[in-house]
Amino acid sequence: MIWLVIPVIVLVIMTIGAAVYAVVSKNLLYAVVSTGVVSLGLSLMFFILQAPDVALTEAAIGVALTTIIFIITIRNTTIKECCDENKSKIGIKKGETK
Amino acid sequence: MIKQFFVILILSIVGYFLVDAFFKVPFGEKRNNVGNYYIEKSPVDLKVSNAVTAIVVNYRGFDTLGEVTVLFLAATGLGSIMYRRKQKGEKEARAKNPSSRIIQIGSQILFPMIILLGGYVFIHGHLSPGGGFQGGAIIATASLLMLISYRKFKINHNTITWIESIAGVVFASLGFVGLVLGRTFLENFLPSGELNDLLSGGIIGIIYIAVGFKVASELTGVIDTVLLNNRPEAQKEN
Amino acid sequence: MNEFLTISFYGTAIVLMLIGLYAALAKKNLLKIVIGLSIIDSGLHLLFVAIGFISNGTAPIFSPEVLESAQQMVDPVPQALVLTAIVIGFATTAVALALVIRLYKHHNTAAIDEIKNLKW
Repeated sequence: MIWLVIPVIVLVIMTIGAAVYAVVSKNLLYAVVSTGVVSLGLSLMFFILQAPDVALTEAAIGVALTTIIFIITIRNTTIKECCDENKSKIGIKKGETK
Repeated sequence: MIKQFFVILILSIVGYFLVDAFFKVPFGEKRNNVGNYYIEKSPVDLKVSNAVTAIVVNYRGFDTLGEVTVLFLAATGLGSIMYRRKQKGEKEARAKNPSSRIIQIGSQILFPMIILLGGYVFIHGHLSPGGGFQGGAIIATASLLMLISYRKFKINHNTITWIESIAGVVFASLGFVGLVLGRTFLENFLPSGELNDLLSGGIIGIIYIAVGFKVASELTGVIDTVLLNNRPEAQKEN
Repeated sequence: MNEFLTISFYGTAIVLMLIGLYAALAKKNLLKIVIGLSIIDSGLHLLFVAIGFISNGTAPIFSPEVLESAQQMVDPVPQALVLTAIVIGFATTAVALALVIRLYKHHNTAAIDEIKNLKW
């Protein structure tokens, strides 16, 4: 059991860091990819917690499908989050989100 | 300013109660009685190796039927939200340029392999980790790969609807057959077989295959609807 | 060892839920709110699976050789619950994102404080 210490610490830091970055990031694409990283870390944690079924589900749905559906949404809306300081929208021209 | 104050207040209250409640739950000590019962019964009565599959399909099969129904309703609601009538001369919202040759050939090689992996995962759902939900999601990922790498690749919605309906009807009618032959809805009426055999567990394998087809077609339909039924606003202005 | 695992798994789950709650309460962008709800979901799943864990446990999968080791298996009930919850979470996220796209097409903005009228 003692060999679990380092992987668990790495996973905890990765998951929480990615979640914080997903919330604070101004670029929505970075935020969405960070959400995928949260799902990846959770999937490895489920594997450590001896739940291979849940790990498979999270890896297939959380990492692949949820991320891609967020990215499709970004393609149809803007990529920039509106800033609080200047009220006007600073989103780049719509459709230009390649 | 006052909004920030309220947010921090709410967060601290919720956080305090979460920490207070959940750090009293013992970590890693004992299973509860329901889990003990399922773990003792599933290899002996049902001859199913994977206890999670036994719970999802057999002991809690009615919940799974409800869950599949929720998934179907979500797919239908998504279609009705995203639906818009096609205007004249309007093209589908695909990328303007084709993707590169490396991506196209790579996805052509990967596509049958991913389908094979998904089929393996949901056929062996009662023997190894995996099952209908996981296998369906993997197959949906394969069709997503083709959708984003080929501009011409189309998904026939009639086929998807038929697969989905047949899988749902198989699930529900197995339940009714159990009601006729046994006592309860979704009763396991087929012989159990041997532990660790492919044909073990009675109706569990059949139900998980049906769930796999249903989940795969529904998730593919969801992605296809969101991807193709709307186009970037810039094209309309031109 | 056990305290370390307790703090790391329960702590991660609760911190994830709080981060998601903060995003859902304080952020103005609709997509950020949906991301926050999805992070709350993830934290909840981790909490459920962590409650069912047993020290030195194995995955709840039998084979004829290890039928005696059933005492060592982790609890399968929370895993079965979480398995269905993940799929449902994806479906609800997809519906929420479709609503975001429609709101954006109608109001031409994704900021929630610029969408003032209720009907659309």
